[in-house]
Amino acid sequence: MELYEFTAHELMDKLASGEVTSEEVTKSYFDRIKEKDGIVKAYVSTLEESALEKARKVDEDRKAGKPVSKYAGIPIGIKDNMCITGTRTTCSSKMLENFVAPYNATVIENLNKEDMVYLGKLNLDEFAMGSSTENSAFFPTKNPWDLDRVPGGSSGGSAAAVAADLAPWTLGSDTGGSIRQPASLCGVVGFKPTYGLVSRYGLVAFASSLDQIGPLTKDVTDSALLLNLLVGHDEKDSTSMDFEKKDYTKALVNDVKGMKIGLPKEYLREGVNEEVREAVLAVAKKYEELGATIEECSFDVGKYATSVYYVIADAEASSNLGRFDGIRYGYRSEKFENLKDIYRNSRSEGFGPEVKRRIMVGTYVLSSGYYDAYYKKAQKVRTVINKAYNELFEKYDLLLTPVSPTTAFKFGEKSENPIEMYLADICTVPVNIGGLPGISVPCSLDSKGLPISFQLIGKAFDEETILKAAYTYEQNTNFRENKPTFKGGNN
Amino acid sequence: MAREDYEIVMGLEVHCELSTKTKIFCSCPTEFGGEPNTHCCPICMAMPGTLPVLNEKVVEYAVKAGLATNCQIARKSKNDRKNYFYPDLPKAYQISQFDLPLCYEGYVDVETPEGEKRIGITRIHIEEDAGKLNHDEYGRGSFVDLNRAGVPLIEVVSEPDLRTKEEVEAYLRKLKSIFEYIEVSDCKMQEGSLRADVNVSVRKKGATEFGTRTEMKNMNSFRSIVRAIEYEANRQIDVIENGGVITQETLRWDDVSGKTFSMRDKEDAQDYRYFPDPDLVEIRLSEEYIENIKKSLPELPESRKKRYLEDMGLTEKAANFVTGSKYYSNMFEEASSVCGNAKSVSNWIMSDIARILNEREEEPDELKFSGKELGELVTLIDKGTISSAIAKKVLEEMFKNPEMPSKIIEAKGWIQISDEGAIKEVVAKVLEANPQSIADYKAGKDKALGFLVGQAMKETKGKANPQMLNKLFLEELNK
Amino acid sequence: MAISKEEVIHIAKLASLNLTEEEIERYSNDMTEILEFANEINSVNTDNVGETIAANEKYNVFRKDEIKQNVDKEALLQNAPSKDDGMFRIPKVIN
Repeated sequence: MELYEFTAHELMDKLASGEVTSEEVTKSYFDRIKEKDGIVKAYVSTLEESALEKARKVDEDRKAGKPVSKYAGIPIGIKDNMCITGTRTTCSSKMLENFVAPYNATVIENLNKEDMVYLGKLNLDEFAMGSSTENSAFFPTKNPWDLDRVPGGSSGGSAAAVAADLAPWTLGSDTGGSIRQPASLCGVVGFKPTYGLVSRYGLVAFASSLDQIGPLTKDVTDSALLLNLLVGHDEKDSTSMDFEKKDYTKALVNDVKGMKIGLPKEYLREGVNEEVREAVLAVAKKYEELGATIEECSFDVGKYATSVYYVIADAEASSNLGRFDGIRYGYRSEKFENLKDIYRNSRSEGFGPEVKRRIMVGTYVLSSGYYDAYYKKAQKVRTVINKAYNELFEKYDLLLTPVSPTTAFKFGEKSENPIEMYLADICTVPVNIGGLPGISVPCSLDSKGLPISFQLIGKAFDEETILKAAYTYEQNTNFRENKPTFKGGNN
Repeated sequence: MAREDYEIVMGLEVHCELSTKTKIFCSCPTEFGGEPNTHCCPICMAMPGTLPVLNEKVVEYAVKAGLATNCQIARKSKNDRKNYFYPDLPKAYQISQFDLPLCYEGYVDVETPEGEKRIGITRIHIEEDAGKLNHDEYGRGSFVDLNRAGVPLIEVVSEPDLRTKEEVEAYLRKLKSIFEYIEVSDCKMQEGSLRADVNVSVRKKGATEFGTRTEMKNMNSFRSIVRAIEYEANRQIDVIENGGVITQETLRWDDVSGKTFSMRDKEDAQDYRYFPDPDLVEIRLSEEYIENIKKSLPELPESRKKRYLEDMGLTEKAANFVTGSKYYSNMFEEASSVCGNAKSVSNWIMSDIARILNEREEEPDELKFSGKELGELVTLIDKGTISSAIAKKVLEEMFKNPEMPSKIIEAKGWIQISDEGAIKEVVAKVLEANPQSIADYKAGKDKALGFLVGQAMKETKGKANPQMLNKLFLEELNK
Repeated sequence: MAISKEEVIHIAKLASLNLTEEEIERYSNDMTEILEFANEINSVNTDNVGETIAANEKYNVFRKDEIKQNVDKEALLQNAPSKDDGMFRIPKVIN
């Protein structure tokens, strides 16, 4: 078995025992990247030199018997919308193609404390707006299970990298499903924590009230391990919760006896692919066998979540993306005589079509005369949706739903029609509206050999119950025996 | 119709920089000046991914300002984004407050020729200042300096209660002095830490409807505000008198040409798309919090004035003048305690100190000497060490180099001659030189005495004790 | 309700975007479709329902008024498309 095939926690054991060095591990990933990323295209940029340098330093410290973190020397890939001092942070946009971050995101500071090794920056839909990574201004990332299909998005690079063993684990960001949906389409574990649990400082903002950073990993254990580093109060983020540190690995217990799991019927009806529905029902059955009680329930207002999402997310985005004006950083058009030209030409040439479309919609719903009808109304409906969630969580510990209504779709299949693309998020978006934690766990392959995943949604700040249930499922099943085939893409 | 048939209606939006150590949403210094873009960080430069965190002092100072201007204090408040593109606004939105300002429904009372008038304050809210655009004469372009971006401001919005330029100035001076007293701002207009947008409209006297208003932005001296109001009111009246209509617009006052100009590059219809900033959380103020700030407020002008009238025997006029500025008032209290002659101290402040400041085009906050020096000056006069003529010269010196008066007098050798023998000699000398004047005096021309005293003063370079001179001349002449 | 080309042009101005004829055409269609989709929220009864402004219940998050400066001025200016004398350079603006 190659080093790049192991999970992060397996690599930690090997490093601790001295069986392998961080340099060996890091090298094996860059060899793998050279072998496979030419076809997968998960990375926007790689950081081989600094990575190996860091790996060697950690190895020296270990040899010298200095106290080192168990995470030290473990490689990781970072979605390219998080700032690392001195490295390019592009958001897969022409606007930031040459932007070098002058500071570290708080999550990067956290990983630095543990001396982790950065393999590189991962591809995404431009400014995290999309569900297929086709909106990257540079190139689309391919799905390792079928290179003719999308990896999902917006964290498509982060998901494909883990699936193709181009990184043991990666960081993604999730605004309406951007961690969970690509994780699902690529057959890896994706965790979106409760809003406010992980600092957003240094994450290039898409929709401030919905964005949240989280891990994409090969298994649930790695999710818990990476959460331990990501979660924590940050005084640089006013919305960051001030809790005492938790050890999420304590939740990794193989037991769901007595757990109450709700199964919202709305997500198992029309609009959801037959095979996906069957798979999720099989998961429900599995949980029953394992001692949980499954009960069908209703989450009727959930159907409005996507509409609410596109009003709130686009409104916030239209304001958050105003700072890209070609003055202090970012793309500046060659064509200008006056200030207005710089603004309008730089933004028109620097942003891609989907980003511009969202800025337009967001500007519209905030503009005078429409604010109450759209933005204000959406915020009220958001309250209604939160209330519905609270009522469900008085009865259930978890909700079980699909992650994506379909498995990975073909390039170009939905990119022509925005609404159809937006519907790829119907199962994940409500979770962001509620600010709740949710996990995407792979459970089976469809008839085309594409991964299907299920989603577990938990109470706010109760990531433990999600981890416990997901871990239990994983321990009693064997999805990880399946491996991506890299078929198609006439390679 | 004539100008007198029109009434001018004005409202002010006063922007006041708070004197916190750090900016409103990041830990950069607010200190004025400095190399361009050195009081900056990724946050106030709006680097991608950065987030704001509210400075607790900004809320405290704004509440202080609200309480000192009789405002209601909001128990729940929030920050909103005001979206527009301009190079001095790095985020392309200004974090301000829209529908829930920290303070609302206040007022201040100002002195007007017709007596005291109450000016309503609609609201006081907190917001961030913008950066600075520098323009170079070689036309190479403009240059953005973000040192000031993110400096905390309060915006004080008045009701349209102001009718004359005198009222506007009195209102502004009142706000300035209150904010100086409670120490929430240094209110240095010359550094732009106190600026006003003036809304002006005119209407026929007796009309109940307001006329269309124009707004003059960023005025930062009393002088130009008064000139601008005069110009703009007359302009509007002329337009109406010539059958024209006023268009609602934002104007720029040009001090050099003494005219207002329409601000062209903001001609596009503005739509600020206010919405609650999702990066910041709600502000909730408890009764206890507000009570504590109330308790912490220093003595305000009104109560000082009361003391000056009742305990220190000042006239209404003097008390008003001295309490008009925290700097005058503090100097007055210190000087009076030094010399024990409050009346004289207030006179010096009202007459000579105010006059000299005016000549130097300076504000009281620019005074280089303190009440200690002024107190000694008055003492020296009262002890007869110097004449008030000399004292005026000493004061002029104190403006140039703020030394103790006694030092100055010594250095310049200005001590008053009160030695009878010495003065007798001078008197004898002068009489001898002016026999004609003696004759005139004896012939009943009293003003001859004044002439002789003047001569003696000349002889002694003004140092002779005037009372003593008079006495001795009379003795000699009436022999 | 359809979004007219005029509205698209007005919104583009507010958003500081230049749109080609073809884009104006496309966005007026897309926006009409997206806003119709968004309009579904109007079928939800929200009488006496408050707005959810923040995604969690936090309030009164303040910073101490203490200067912290570890600025690398170079790093802050390194991405500027055009700069001069430590300032960001733009075409002359009259203000």
